[in-house]
Amino acid sequence: MKIPTLREVATEARLLLIGIPVFIWTMVPIYHMFLFAISPKEDAFSGKLWPDHPTLHNFEIVFKQQHYFLRDFYVQFWNSLVIAASVGVLTLFIATAAAFSISRLKVPGGRIVMNLALFTYFIPAAFLAVPMYRTMGNYGLLNNHWALILAMVTIASPYAIWVLKQASDKLPVELDEAAVMDGATTLQIFRLVYLPLMMPSLVAIGTYAVLLAWNEYLYAFLLLSNDREITLPVALGNFLAADDSPWELLMTTGFIYALPPAAIYYAFRRYMVGGLTAGAVKS
Amino acid sequence: MAITLSGDHAILSPPLSSRLTPAQVWGIVLLAPYLLVFLAFVVYPVCYGLWLARAPANYVALYNDPIFARAAVNTLIFLVIGINIKMLIALFLSGFFAQQRTWIKWLSVIFILPWAVPSIPTILSVRFMLNPEWGVINHLIFSFTGDDGPNWLNDPTVALTMAIAVHIWKSLPFWTLILITGRLAISHDLFEAAEVDGASWWQKFRFITWPSMQTLYITCTLLSMIWTLGDFNSVYLLTGGGPADLTHVLATLGIRYLRLDQLSLAMASIVCAMPFVLPLVYFMMKRLSR
Repeated sequence: MKIPTLREVATEARLLLIGIPVFIWTMVPIYHMFLFAISPKEDAFSGKLWPDHPTLHNFEIVFKQQHYFLRDFYVQFWNSLVIAASVGVLTLFIATAAAFSISRLKVPGGRIVMNLALFTYFIPAAFLAVPMYRTMGNYGLLNNHWALILAMVTIASPYAIWVLKQASDKLPVELDEAAVMDGATTLQIFRLVYLPLMMPSLVAIGTYAVLLAWNEYLYAFLLLSNDREITLPVALGNFLAADDSPWELLMTTGFIYALPPAAIYYAFRRYMVGGLTAGAVKS
Repeated sequence: MAITLSGDHAILSPPLSSRLTPAQVWGIVLLAPYLLVFLAFVVYPVCYGLWLARAPANYVALYNDPIFARAAVNTLIFLVIGINIKMLIALFLSGFFAQQRTWIKWLSVIFILPWAVPSIPTILSVRFMLNPEWGVINHLIFSFTGDDGPNWLNDPTVALTMAIAVHIWKSLPFWTLILITGRLAISHDLFEAAEVDGASWWQKFRFITWPSMQTLYITCTLLSMIWTLGDFNSVYLLTGGGPADLTHVLATLGIRYLRLDQLSLAMASIVCAMPFVLPLVYFMMKRLSR
């Protein structure tokens, strides 16, 4: 093994000087959440960096719904799950159909629709939330899961269509032409040629839509209010309503709530990084 | 729902179908679900909202509301200072993460966590850390100095700074990731040639890295500004707009008016932001729809 030169040591030291603060900065809020989840209340509130008696008791309370704030935990978890899955499926359906229509079938006016969708993508979500709330009221959908599902599909679709259109523009036209020669109908091309080739982008977009819906707070808290209709993030926000909130339970529930998206993100990271960063900003 | 709509189209289209190829008919049918969503949940709400905000009295009321002026200033601070700091850090870190080291690879996997986890629990976690009585930060300050720490979120300047910090914490990984992609696209030969010529670190950045990345960097900055206008969580979950409604940004102010049942004021405050938003949106669309 060769002995590093002074210059190499200096470079490494400088990199560490950046790396260590980056690590601490990244981990502090997450570690703090984890710390609360494994601490009894007294330890959590005494500012210790590691509890004297680490425990899983908080998780037990959450899973057995043994607290006023947690009495609908499973229902709310299920709501989050159903809404996220529905948004994923609907977005995939709507966006794939639209991207196929614009990119492969060259439907008249497709370019205009693409630009309208892009325009929606750039409206800040919190601005659209205000008229959306009233609109859902007019449609009679407030406090109904459909309100949140449709709102999230509206928000997820533009980006989904755009990424899928970019990806499908890259597929060679000859594929479609060859299929038409062989007598394939449009639907057969869609099902047998287009969908299989688009799989990686579809995985990325499905994941994107599911995570977007699972993580959404603002729309969920505006559109749903009944305790048995709300999603987990809204329930977490409701913890703050009391002055003596059980923060250790709030953090435990938050930890449980944060695990699925983190797992999904890391599982599909390969697709996400390729598909989404390329799509997010084209230089 | 989408299927019934497709059916309607098939019925409505006979006079057209003589002029359209089957592929084009399918094109319209497949585009219909999105168009329906767009009409029902974008066009209708936006038009309805604009109609609600039409009365000039709303704008007079906004002008007379000190909270609105404060929120507008806060939003500007958030965008102009916060985003530029974030993007500069992201630019710097993209250089760091582009280094070929095993431990830096691992660090980059951890670094992405804030982006991968939902913002609600982590923002609430920060909120408790800043709690003046029980938060870990003031506990540490007390054990090191013997003095009570400040009441962080009770000072509007500090509270807004913390909201910006939370925003940076959350979205820094995403922008760093994109800038890393940009950096890795630069040909390595350029750096080797510069190395041979004895270029300094700054010269390499100034004459190689920056010229090839500036378009991407500026695009990212503008895009981040547009999106940050809609960042409701960082402010609402950390400060709730307080103390005394002094840390609102336009995103939380609109929702505040909405909760106070002043929908037309909420819409008017959003309309006021449009002169700043629309040029940015126009610019971004020109870039992305090429």
